[in-house]
Amino acid sequence: MKVYLEGVLVALKGLPETLGVSLFALVVGAALGLCFALMKKSENKLIRIISKIYIEIVRGTPMIVQALIVSYGIPLLLQGKGISFNWPHLIIPAMLVCGLNSAAYMAEVIRGGIQAVDPGQIEAAQSLGMTKSQVNRLIVLPQAFKIVIPSFGNEFVTLIKETAVLSFVGVVEILRSAQLWSASTFETFPAYIGAAVVYIMITYPLSKGVTALEKHMAKEIDQK
Amino acid sequence: MIKATNINKHFTDLHAVKGVDLTVEDGEVLCIIGPSGSGKSTLLRCLNMLEIPDEGIVEVDGELITDSNLREMRTKMAMVFQNFNLFSHLSVMDNITVAPINVKGISKEDAEKKAKELLKLVGLEEKAGAYPRNLSGGQKQRVAIARALAMEPEILLFDEPTSALDPEMVGEVLDVMKELANEGMTMLVVTHEMGFAKEVSDNIIFMADGQIVESGPPSQIFENPLNERTKSFIQKVL
Repeated sequence: MKVYLEGVLVALKGLPETLGVSLFALVVGAALGLCFALMKKSENKLIRIISKIYIEIVRGTPMIVQALIVSYGIPLLLQGKGISFNWPHLIIPAMLVCGLNSAAYMAEVIRGGIQAVDPGQIEAAQSLGMTKSQVNRLIVLPQAFKIVIPSFGNEFVTLIKETAVLSFVGVVEILRSAQLWSASTFETFPAYIGAAVVYIMITYPLSKGVTALEKHMAKEIDQK
Repeated sequence: MIKATNINKHFTDLHAVKGVDLTVEDGEVLCIIGPSGSGKSTLLRCLNMLEIPDEGIVEVDGELITDSNLREMRTKMAMVFQNFNLFSHLSVMDNITVAPINVKGISKEDAEKKAKELLKLVGLEEKAGAYPRNLSGGQKQRVAIARALAMEPEILLFDEPTSALDPEMVGEVLDVMKELANEGMTMLVVTHEMGFAKEVSDNIIFMADGQIVESGPPSQIFENPLNERTKSFIQKVL
């Protein structure tokens, strides 16, 4: 039994990295996702297309491939051209990739939230003389934000699990901690069970929280 | 004064408004009545460009509405909607003050002072901190009227303001509208409330099939309609 406990403790050492990357990605993803969602609504066709292409490429390729390109591909490409470049720490490209990846998914979520805002309220805001950006800032986005908060929670849970692929690009997060311990002690089964236990310890309460939030929101929207 | 000339609006298969001319003088209460689907609401929405007319012009106080002055012109003709369209994430107070503060640049203190007066006018002083979801339909519509008045518009546009209300709440909204009319507010009201139209309007327009069939003072429309269609409509609804 003791060896399983040790497995959990070892995996826990990677928790700050996993949570740090996931949180950073969530914030960057939300901010960039909002930009892409607004770009998709733009009247300018070129802007709409740029946003669409970005979203399609990111959603159409595995995150591990994106992580390998950014972490290893880009430094080697630059070095090949005689530019000396190395990531100061491999957690930086990891954060970038997760954030940029998350943005593509969040853009769709936020777009859905924006579309769920009552068009009558948008007309009312226009009829009061508001500019497009005032309508967005004062009326649409605060309501869309409320609608998508539970989705942000779900995205956070997804990110925590997806960051496991970063174990392939040199970030010592939960899975990589377990792998390293397994390699040095040959306690393979306890190592990976330990990692699984740590993941479930974070994701289960988070999912419960998101469900409670969703129920609360649904109630509020019903009362509208 | 608001003046519309030759307003035409098409939807995919439907010529909703067919070359309508209309003038509302300062201080006038003009009601538009007519069967459902006759283009009344579309016409009203063309005036503040919530529907962009395919043809025709709208002038407010002699000034033509264009793309560049549209927002400013909209502040002169506030609208009250059938479904209230209150901002559901904002309190009653914020619903009323959000446009004066952000569009007209009025200070928060002044806007709130004015909002309190308006809430008193519509009989909802105690609801300033409430959210739309906690209000009845009649209360929502009275807040919507206060929100429109907060812009100090020159004309109020009402788009079937009582059609979405439970019958027992219609009276409280009509009472507020009557009071505004008595105070000399310029109002253009699309309505199915014949009693209100008869009692309060200076003039009435009867619309059918996207056209103005007949217009005149209530005494003419309700008692001696000149047109057969008006006559048969009035007989049905009274």
